[in-house]
Amino acid sequence: MNTSVSLCGVTLKNPVMTASGTFGSGAEYGEYVDLNKLGAVVTKGVAAVPWEGNPTPRVAEVYGGMLNAVGLQNPGIDLFCERDIPFLRQYDTKIIVNVCGHSTEEYLAVVERLAEEPIDMMEINISCPNVKEGGIAFGTDPRAVEAITAEVKKYAKQPVIMKLSPNVTDIAEIARAAEAGGADALSLINTITGMKIDIDRRKFVLANKTGGMSGPAIHPIAVRMVYQAAQAVHIPIIGMGGIMNAADAIEMILAGASAISIGTANFVDPLTTEKVIAGIEAYMQKYRVEDIAELVGALE
Amino acid sequence: MGKTIETAGVLAQRALGGNIYDLTLRAPKIAASARAGQFVSLYCSDSSRLLPRPISLCGIDRESGSIRLVYRVTGEHTGTEEFSRLAEGDSVRIMGPLGNGFAVQPGKKALLIGGGIGVPPMLQLAKDIRAGAVQGLAGLEPAELPDFQMVMGYRDRQTFLLDEFLEQGECLVATEDGSVGTKGNVLDAIREHALTADVIYVCGPTPMLRALKSYAAEHGMDCYISMEERMACGIGACLACVCRTVGKDAHSNVNNRRICKDGPVFDAREVEL
Repeated sequence: MNTSVSLCGVTLKNPVMTASGTFGSGAEYGEYVDLNKLGAVVTKGVAAVPWEGNPTPRVAEVYGGMLNAVGLQNPGIDLFCERDIPFLRQYDTKIIVNVCGHSTEEYLAVVERLAEEPIDMMEINISCPNVKEGGIAFGTDPRAVEAITAEVKKYAKQPVIMKLSPNVTDIAEIARAAEAGGADALSLINTITGMKIDIDRRKFVLANKTGGMSGPAIHPIAVRMVYQAAQAVHIPIIGMGGIMNAADAIEMILAGASAISIGTANFVDPLTTEKVIAGIEAYMQKYRVEDIAELVGALE
Repeated sequence: MGKTIETAGVLAQRALGGNIYDLTLRAPKIAASARAGQFVSLYCSDSSRLLPRPISLCGIDRESGSIRLVYRVTGEHTGTEEFSRLAEGDSVRIMGPLGNGFAVQPGKKALLIGGGIGVPPMLQLAKDIRAGAVQGLAGLEPAELPDFQMVMGYRDRQTFLLDEFLEQGECLVATEDGSVGTKGNVLDAIREHALTADVIYVCGPTPMLRALKSYAAEHGMDCYISMEERMACGIGACLACVCRTVGKDAHSNVNNRRICKDGPVFDAREVEL
């Protein structure tokens, strides 16, 4: 039985990754999970300089999910390269660095800085709903998506994954724009914008007023969008959005994802990633699937 | 660090009145390594409620392997309401011990202060100071353990845990409605009784922490505050529960620190409230 996945020339031992922003750079969850078992660790977004993020409260629970507006707090690329990459290099897993910025120049500064670093891929976050400039502003306009993808590709030495926003009318159009810009892969979905009100205080629960929704309640939306994107492009897709268990992961793979990421479920059970890997293997045994590639987009 | 996830059996639960509940769980791994001022995260059994609920440790019985949580039910259809229905023989999934507890300074007369639902963790701290079983006091003779007085602030006559604080030493009370002790807040009680000390250890709502931080600064006292914020992961990965710090933090590389991982107890001089 082969669970390994080849993604843009990089071989992952299995298709299970961590969703950016939920797993730090692995150090904290490494106390619970054996990072060697993961297909890849996708790091929290890193920018050219340190970002303080948004005021608190930064999270709120909602029915079947949560909202977050952390605002891409990060230590900046210099400390990240000095500390986080060497930490992850100790493990037998692939390293995918998520990149954020307020402007094209800021994204490119990080991409250039990463060129000589021992990482396997980079994921460009053009879909964060919680920062005023950059982020989602790039991710909702097909021309902007194509343009920034093409710019990043000029400087990137590693394969480039473009992380797409679900907060668009036509995800297929955005997916095609990223492919046209030269993206090596796509990842989707980022969080869906949402809001929660404290009715006793008549105030926003989040200091940022709005946030990004994640968790099992958004899973069907993510499956639909992964399917539509997979129909629209020829590059591989990393599927994410409310995956809580192996069944959710397999659904995403059948919809067309070559690999999947676990995000909010880490908060519910720090061992989710390991359990999903085991569950995918059990599914493959049950249905006598020799190679996981047979499952990708294998809707009957 | 001895952090663990375990399914804890409920040994007992009772209502203390005023939506406050007193839950004792069998959690030997957590009890073995937990310290006063740390917290645990409780997971709901209702899967629509995803995030673990951080609750401070009110009691740690290292011998029997049990922990005690005294918490407030925050409303209908909440995780804490679900926990309030747990009864002997039920179980609940918990993660812990999380965060860093209080570190007590030897040779310094202390004030232990709790307010509202910040009262419970101060009980274990009082016990551990008397037993020399807290960080900073290891190896001291009983006579060398620091003196302390306690001040607990409540809304009204629902003075939960007060009888147990009184077993640990002198404990003053402030109530908002004046029904017990000093009318007003814990600072009013401190002033009324002209309490003095070298160091304050406190857990309570943010306005209270802010007031004690400035009181300590005015009087040249040290002050260690236990903070609270909405959390998601509870282990330092998601960066939801940060507080503003005066200086740049080595881990975050910006002016904030993680309450769950770097706290919840901080030197008041280091944080902005």
